[in-house]
Amino acid sequence: MSVTADVAVVGVGPAGLAAAVAAAEAGARVAVVDAGNQPGGQFWRHAPESVREADGHGHHGWSTYLDLRARFDAARGAGRITYLPGLQVWMAERTGLPGSAEFVLRTTAAVASSGAAPATVAADRLVLCPGGYDRQLPVPGWELPGVMAAGGIQAFIKANGVLPGKRFVIAGTGPFLLPVAAGIAEAGGKVLAVLESSSPSAWLPHLGAATGVPEKALEGAEYAAVFAKHRIPYRTRSIVTEVLGPDKAEGVRTAKVDADGRVRPGTEREYADVDVVGFGWGFTPQMELPVALGVETRLDADGSLVGVVDERQQSSVPGLYLAGEVTGVGGATLAVLEGLAAGAAAARPDSHVPVKQPAAIARHRRFARAMHHAHPVPAAWQDWLTPDTTVCRCEEVTAGEITEARDSLGARDIRSLKSFTRAGMGWCQGRVCGFAAGCLGAGPGEMPDAGSLASSAKRPLAAPVGIGELAALDN
Amino acid sequence: MSQSSDVLVIGAGVIGAATAYFAAQQGQSVTVLDKGLPASGTSSACEGNILVSDKELGPELELTRYSLGVWHNDLEEHKKLWEFESKGGIIVASRESSLASLNRVMAVQNSYGVDVEELDQAALREAEPHISPEALGGASYREDCQVQPMLVAAHLVRLATEAGARFIADTPVTGFLRSARDGGRVTGVRTPRGDFPAGAVVNCTGTWAGELAAMAGVEVPVLPRRGFVMVTEPLPPMVHHKVYAAEYIDNVGSSDAGLQASPVVEGTPAGSILIGSTRERVGFDRKVSTAALGLLARNATSLFPFLKDVKAIRHYHGFRPYCPDHLPVIGHDDRAPGLWHAAGHEGAGIGLSAGTGKLLAQALAGLTPDMDLSPFAPARFGEFGSVRHHRNSEHREEATA
Repeated sequence: MSVTADVAVVGVGPAGLAAAVAAAEAGARVAVVDAGNQPGGQFWRHAPESVREADGHGHHGWSTYLDLRARFDAARGAGRITYLPGLQVWMAERTGLPGSAEFVLRTTAAVASSGAAPATVAADRLVLCPGGYDRQLPVPGWELPGVMAAGGIQAFIKANGVLPGKRFVIAGTGPFLLPVAAGIAEAGGKVLAVLESSSPSAWLPHLGAATGVPEKALEGAEYAAVFAKHRIPYRTRSIVTEVLGPDKAEGVRTAKVDADGRVRPGTEREYADVDVVGFGWGFTPQMELPVALGVETRLDADGSLVGVVDERQQSSVPGLYLAGEVTGVGGATLAVLEGLAAGAAAARPDSHVPVKQPAAIARHRRFARAMHHAHPVPAAWQDWLTPDTTVCRCEEVTAGEITEARDSLGARDIRSLKSFTRAGMGWCQGRVCGFAAGCLGAGPGEMPDAGSLASSAKRPLAAPVGIGELAALDN
Repeated sequence: MSQSSDVLVIGAGVIGAATAYFAAQQGQSVTVLDKGLPASGTSSACEGNILVSDKELGPELELTRYSLGVWHNDLEEHKKLWEFESKGGIIVASRESSLASLNRVMAVQNSYGVDVEELDQAALREAEPHISPEALGGASYREDCQVQPMLVAAHLVRLATEAGARFIADTPVTGFLRSARDGGRVTGVRTPRGDFPAGAVVNCTGTWAGELAAMAGVEVPVLPRRGFVMVTEPLPPMVHHKVYAAEYIDNVGSSDAGLQASPVVEGTPAGSILIGSTRERVGFDRKVSTAALGLLARNATSLFPFLKDVKAIRHYHGFRPYCPDHLPVIGHDDRAPGLWHAAGHEGAGIGLSAGTGKLLAQALAGLTPDMDLSPFAPARFGEFGSVRHHRNSEHREEATA
């Protein structure tokens, strides 16, 4: 199937939904490609609408979703939005041909979809809103069954309405751990502890930025109430040092850490009878499509590779707009604001209609920066590893093999580490281990630079695609 | 940085690494410079083939067989470092006409001592149970093997440094030092990190060798030829050898600019299957080509139909350096005394690297190389890249006759 549009939008989470609505309402013909089977993305993921009507339980900003969704459905009804669910883009290219569409997207059925027919989408402008996924740091035992990404637990609950286990420990850093734990408790699970490597005092230098976004304080108060109601212990300056097996996660060993993440001797303790351990160390923006199209990138405050955009969300590539986590991890409210700006600009690239809420965008970006500074990846996290700790789970590559390749073969960036050790060469193509491998390559206490991260985000197939489908390519 | 070396190697790809390794083994003082990290050019974007089966009779086959000996003897103790695997190659013919050509090639190869065995349909199916039902027969080459090319380059550089060489990364060469006497002898190189004087400078810059030679005022016609390779999700063992179609041999020697591909399908120890390889003369174009991917996929599924239900998880492309007569340049450049070249090995650089490095190290040390290097002389090309002497083209006719 071939679809042509003025504006193509990839992803229909908070940013993409807003971008699609804004572009359609500004008069553009819009095509929306999304891996999910219904709108909402990870943030507003909900049970299949054919099964039951979503009531917004456990969701934030649900009224925003309902408003955007109603406008999205109206635009679809009016024929201004072509919605292509269940599809993943495996390649995005610029045609560079005068008189033809500037961008072409080639898609394949998403892994979890019910076999949607692949479509080729051609559009003059493109808005990429692919979102992000939980950033992971390896610790001994994290390869065991029962270890999940914190966001994976949340998605599981939102999509299925049931829990992936009974007794949980949630660990990592950042405010996102709170809704995950609250969601588990509200669904009837037992959260033995939430372990936060940072400390509330880390927010002190950033209070100005935090008070600029009062709704975040309200959300925090809600979680505090849920934590109190379910007696969830929230331990700061604490980490999981090991997931205990032997064949699946059955417990965790924990410790207190100092401000740099160094374990304080004598603070170790164990939690037994755990069946799910959830880790979240912030988010990694999904950068393969922006990188494939050649956008200028930078390192954000959280150490992630993100795309550079102007005030109308346009990247360094003319006609290519970015919104949401790919411009800097900042949460759903910011993503919606950016999506609205990007969609409006992409619909009318030559008019200079001012962005509607520049002050709100700026306030949320300041808040995000403060959050990143208050919840950093601990500088000393590499000390938690032993040489035989698995870093790349797909290819079973250990920390020792990676540091050996760094020290004896001169591999520093993620790309050469991948060549020499196979870390990142498996099914996930380094999406999970890339950041951690990059830290190890950069050296103790270091994080990967933009070049190293870009070498990992360069994935010429943005999603796995069937060889039979490739064989059917006709040009 | 002004410490002088006997030998200065430019480029830490597999050719430069092997040259540095063997020069250091000869007791020479060696410096290796690379504009980036080891194995960041063509060596990191190929399949790691050490093939006898696809070689033209003549100097190319001779060099291949010599190199194979170096892999098996001189480098035997290091095989594990670079995942050396004697997996063997099989050429498959699916049409009566290509089966006839394959039989002719086999007869000639046999007479030159190549270890090749005819496979009838039953033997072919026993060797590769998942081969297409259309396959009529094939030829088995037990000498064909494979290495992980990035590990070869990186470990040879490391072993060279353990033998006293020094390696300096992120150091592009910006010009040559020339002597006022001796006909402007090349006496070292200039870089942003300072000058590196040397008794001999070796240009091992692969696809970029022509550009570098031009800095020294000499023409070395090395051109890029683009090749795509596709990688599947990990699978249980389904493909046991390097399996190619009979058309592969014709493509290797071709100068046609258009997109060509013939299937080369092989399993790897990690479980993924490599599908190669297209050949296109499109300069240094890095744009992903859906035409190339489609062609690779069609060819691969025609050899192994089960692949149509398998997912590709990545692809990569590299630029194979080649010369107009499809032979590499190896040896001293008489037009710029002091400058040596080892480049232009086309799709065979990994396999030929060991032999190239050893022969060049012998020549650099003033010894008579084990094999005559004159067919690879850098100055053999006349105007516009035409070949001055015709030794190789005679052999080509013999091979395809």
